[in-house]
Amino acid sequence: MKKRNVVLSMLLAICLVATFGFSAWGGEVIKIGVIGPMQFTQGEGHWNGATLAAEEINAKGGVQVGDKNLPIVLIKVDSNEFVSLPDATNAVELATSRYKVNYLVGGFRTEAVLVMQDIAMDNKTIFIGCGAAHPKLCGKVKADYDRYKYWFRVTPINSRFLVKVDFILLGMVAKIMAKQLNIPKIKVAIVAEKAVWCDPIVGIAEKNLPKMGMEVVGVWRPSPVATDVTAELSAIQSSGAHIVFTSFSSSVGITFAKQWGELKVPAAAVGINVEAQKDGFWAATSGKGNYTLTINTYGRVKITDQTIDFFDKYRKKFKEAPNYTAGTYDAVYILAEAITKAGSLNPDKLVPVIEKTDRTGASGRIVFDQTHDVTWGPGYVTSVGTQWQNGKNMVVWPYNWKGLTYEGAVPYLLPPWVVSHYKK
Amino acid sequence: MIQNIIINGLINGSIYALLAIGFSLVFGVARIVNIAHTAFYMLAAYVIYVGFHYLGISPYVAMPLAIIIVGLLSVVCYKLFINPIREHEAAVLIATIALAMVIQEALLIGFGGHYLGVPPLVSGYSTIAGVKVTNQHLLALGVAILALVGAWALLMKTRLGLALRATAQDREVANLMGMNEARVAMLTMGISVMLAALAGAIVVPLFVLDPHMWMHPLIMMLAIVVLGGLGSMKGSFIGSYILAFAEVLVVFLLPMGAYLKGSVALSIMILVLLIRPEGLFGVAFEEER
Repeated sequence: MKKRNVVLSMLLAICLVATFGFSAWGGEVIKIGVIGPMQFTQGEGHWNGATLAAEEINAKGGVQVGDKNLPIVLIKVDSNEFVSLPDATNAVELATSRYKVNYLVGGFRTEAVLVMQDIAMDNKTIFIGCGAAHPKLCGKVKADYDRYKYWFRVTPINSRFLVKVDFILLGMVAKIMAKQLNIPKIKVAIVAEKAVWCDPIVGIAEKNLPKMGMEVVGVWRPSPVATDVTAELSAIQSSGAHIVFTSFSSSVGITFAKQWGELKVPAAAVGINVEAQKDGFWAATSGKGNYTLTINTYGRVKITDQTIDFFDKYRKKFKEAPNYTAGTYDAVYILAEAITKAGSLNPDKLVPVIEKTDRTGASGRIVFDQTHDVTWGPGYVTSVGTQWQNGKNMVVWPYNWKGLTYEGAVPYLLPPWVVSHYKK
Repeated sequence: MIQNIIINGLINGSIYALLAIGFSLVFGVARIVNIAHTAFYMLAAYVIYVGFHYLGISPYVAMPLAIIIVGLLSVVCYKLFINPIREHEAAVLIATIALAMVIQEALLIGFGGHYLGVPPLVSGYSTIAGVKVTNQHLLALGVAILALVGAWALLMKTRLGLALRATAQDREVANLMGMNEARVAMLTMGISVMLAALAGAIVVPLFVLDPHMWMHPLIMMLAIVVLGGLGSMKGSFIGSYILAFAEVLVVFLLPMGAYLKGSVALSIMILVLLIRPEGLFGVAFEEER
């Protein structure tokens, strides 16, 4: 009996140490909270990117802070933000109050990140966003610098620039189609899931495509979780569209690509299809998503000297390609480098150093603008256009864009059934 | 367009009918409101996914296997969670909600929130009256219709079907006539879930798998059984096609409002209930049953 009590006491002691131990590490380690929907791909990307960076930094002896080196300890914080916004609020409260993280990286849904951002700012915790694209997040820095100066964004690029790239990709495909297939006026079908983030894209497209010399033949708004879009695809084919301009962030992106490829709809699919950014897209569509073109953040091309190395390491370790939430990789490095330069963990001392960041990262050259947003454009972060070409997600943009072609990028390919349909 | 509406309406209606008839059956026979019904449908789809991608089993083998596994699992769940509280209908309803959540969370832990897929059994498409229809859709339609005919034959042409219908009409009298009512209830649970699993097997090559895929069919199925009349299998069958065609019509006639298809279908249900509160084929008062 005595022996059992001793064992039980030891177990209790271990539990207590494990539970309250974190706070005792405060002065010895750098705690970075990685916050995201950890049961989902986006959260996995957050965690994987940060893990890779932290392991590399720790393997080299940690982060130099003054005359000592401190290891990075990552704290996984599940925001569950897909399912519940209150969970996201609680998660960031937990990270700052209970785990007492020094910094935060991650976040995905704008609605959730807006709330998480406020809590982090209240705690003067530097929060580097790697998931939400809404301009409002960085707009707050400009509007109230003293309160929001602890916020920065690494990925993705601001949604204004995402839309810009979206239209550049559309223009590129329209140009190729017009030239290769001798089509005088390109007709475009707009297909956007019924979500708030798509509304401005649909509005801009309807207004701007005629100015770009294209004709809008219709707008279709399926549910983000629609399980069948054959009706929409039939109607698109009847409309005579040459291009389907897509805006998908949810499962409908897979449904659409799968049925588009199966029915061999004679229109090229171009735009945003978040699911097509992932390695699992090929299997999920059973290869029917071939020739789908989407905006992406990473591709196995030489965006910078870091990109291919990062891409390969990531894929080797996690058996998949990095998605844009893996921008936590660069975020952790930015924090580590800033800490070394400032010689301090104090967020107020770090902010001016991070503002001066000029880092050759995996997604491009990272420089923050006045609103602490990542700078977009040639020579900075551009994002990429990737197209599925026979099982491989290839970078097809930038390709001769403003004199810029990333080494390893390949030309865009029109789907063969589209070519044969119009070359009859 | 009409061909597309007919084919899509028939496919969706048949899948809804497989779900709704099973749900109605177990409610009619055993008074079990099984909210986990569509969770079992989802589970079958995942079993096929695991069989195909992880175990290398052909989908033709994985599909019947999944139906059997999920059917047996439902019987185990019935014995463990439902049978002890069967006399308390509200408790059963809550228990099945919990069961559905357990299945959802288990799949979320096991597979994450990733969207997954299984390749079609038959690839390519056929052109029917100038409209392209995938061969997998046509196969799904054929299997669903066969399954519905099979379910009808089981209920109407076999002694087991007679026992099920008798119990559905009056449990006490069926018991007095020598039928083991508890056993019939357990069997009904197994059969109804196997119908749901069959629906899951049919949709798995067409739909995208994710741990929340049971929600939308659940709402539609509940709407169908209320529309058709609680416990009425004929009502469920007809209600399935009414709501499925309503959904498809919205997609075709209102492309900008395609996302409204669920809401329109539910509005039709409310409209019917306002005119006929007991549903299309339900009885007005419980006492009349």
